Amino acid sequence: MSFSRGDRPIYTDMNLRIPKGKVTAIMGPSGIGKTTLLRLIGGQLKPDSGQILFQGQNIPTLSRKHLYRVREDMSMLFQSGALFTDMSVFDNVAFAISEHTKLPKDIIRTMVLLKLEAVGLRGARDLMPHELSGGMARRAALARAIALDPKLIMYDEPFAGQDPISMGVIVRLIRQLNNALNLTSIVVSHDVPEVMSIADYVYVVADQRVIGQGTPQQLQDHDSPLIAQFMQGLPDGPVPFHFQADDFHADLLETKR
Amino acid sequence: MVARFIQSMIDGVLGFFQSIGAGIFAWLAGVGRATMMLFGALVGVPNIRKGWPLFYKQVYVVGVQSLTIVMVSGLFIGMVLALQGYIVMVDYGAEDSLGPMVGLSLLRELGPVVTGLLFAGRAGSALTAEIGLMRSTEQLSSMEMMAVDPLRRVIAPRFWAGFICMPLLAMIFSTVGIYGGHLVGVDWLGIDGGNFWAIMQSKISWSEDVMNGVIKSIVFAFVVTWIALYKGYSSVPTSDGISKATTDTVVQSSLAILGLDFVLTVFMFSS
Repeated sequence: MSFSRGDRPIYTDMNLRIPKGKVTAIMGPSGIGKTTLLRLIGGQLKPDSGQILFQGQNIPTLSRKHLYRVREDMSMLFQSGALFTDMSVFDNVAFAISEHTKLPKDIIRTMVLLKLEAVGLRGARDLMPHELSGGMARRAALARAIALDPKLIMYDEPFAGQDPISMGVIVRLIRQLNNALNLTSIVVSHDVPEVMSIADYVYVVADQRVIGQGTPQQLQDHDSPLIAQFMQGLPDGPVPFHFQADDFHADLLETKR
Repeated sequence: MVARFIQSMIDGVLGFFQSIGAGIFAWLAGVGRATMMLFGALVGVPNIRKGWPLFYKQVYVVGVQSLTIVMVSGLFIGMVLALQGYIVMVDYGAEDSLGPMVGLSLLRELGPVVTGLLFAGRAGSALTAEIGLMRSTEQLSSMEMMAVDPLRRVIAPRFWAGFICMPLLAMIFSTVGIYGGHLVGVDWLGIDGGNFWAIMQSKISWSEDVMNGVIKSIVFAFVVTWIALYKGYSSVPTSDGISKATTDTVVQSSLAILGLDFVLTVFMFSS
């Protein structure tokens, strides 16, 4: 699959396979389009060329109606949580269920409470999103994301901006939910230790393509300097510390540009 | 030297026409996108069970919450019209025509136009800001990923609420304005109440004056709500972008109302 924004290529002949029932991590430096990849999988963006297959269906070629039907089997946890600000936590989780089913209210209530119990927020069901902490909002969004028992769930930077306790809770939830609900999970993140602790398989993306893949252990032992720089968090290396610029001394001595 | 000067003049003129052309193309592209948005929101079989509560809520937000500003404005505009009209007419002994003067001004022009402007400022800007914020906080994207079409869930109920409420608000504005005129003309300045209503009744035509005013307000409601929703839906998802979109809604809606009012007046009343 290839994708570009205007004249700027984001992915060139990108190729990856997400194993069913596993937690797959997609890692890479900031700004290489990891969130864009999730939007491509979800059909919110269309690639310039290539295929994105989900349950045997090529997402970019689906009609709007068909795409919405396919999306009932997938879910996404947004970086911001993206809770509906005019609804309580309970109504946020109930939203997708009441939109897509004609279940009676008491059944919906039971389903919502089960999901909220799974993320530890049953007691916060009546709170509004602005009353939640960042970690709670992320967990409420997670409860909403699993409301319809999707087959695929995509996590966009689930650990960003979380304190260590919230981060630990979310790490544990992603793993537990994946196992308990037999989900297929894609975690996009650049938090190396957290991702390594839960992922079954990891892709490292840079330079518009996959530059490395394997189990967490295989990537730790990888001999590529770029992957080593990313894994060890080194400030300089194949990914330069400095943004491309003219010679520093010449720049300082230049009085007029 | 001369050749270079001439060349730079030609380049300048060509650049000017090029920028005009680019502006027209950009505007047409925007109209196309706005039309696609509205088409996506409105075309299809409506789901009454889910759609009615959403519509009902938006009628409250867009319509009921605009009532105060519309009624207070209508009252004062009617009172000012009557006062100014009386000052001019009393010199000619024509103060009994105050009723039709106030009624016609409100029903034909001020009712639809001022309500449209107030609606753009009060409800239009709120619609743009709300949808712009929903976009910037990824609420619309998350809705899409939950297989819920934001055009049908968010845009459609707001459009219908604005489209239906604004003409009703314009009627309320005119009605309150006429009572404001009565308050000043009859209760304060002492012109005959019977004449006020009777001459108004004889001079104002239901089909020509009242209905044309209603048609104007329907057109303004369509345009203002459409602009407000599109500006929010297409806003750049930053605080700066939402601020600009909200301003654009008020400015463009106001200009559209005033321009369309002239065009509609030409067609409705010039003969």
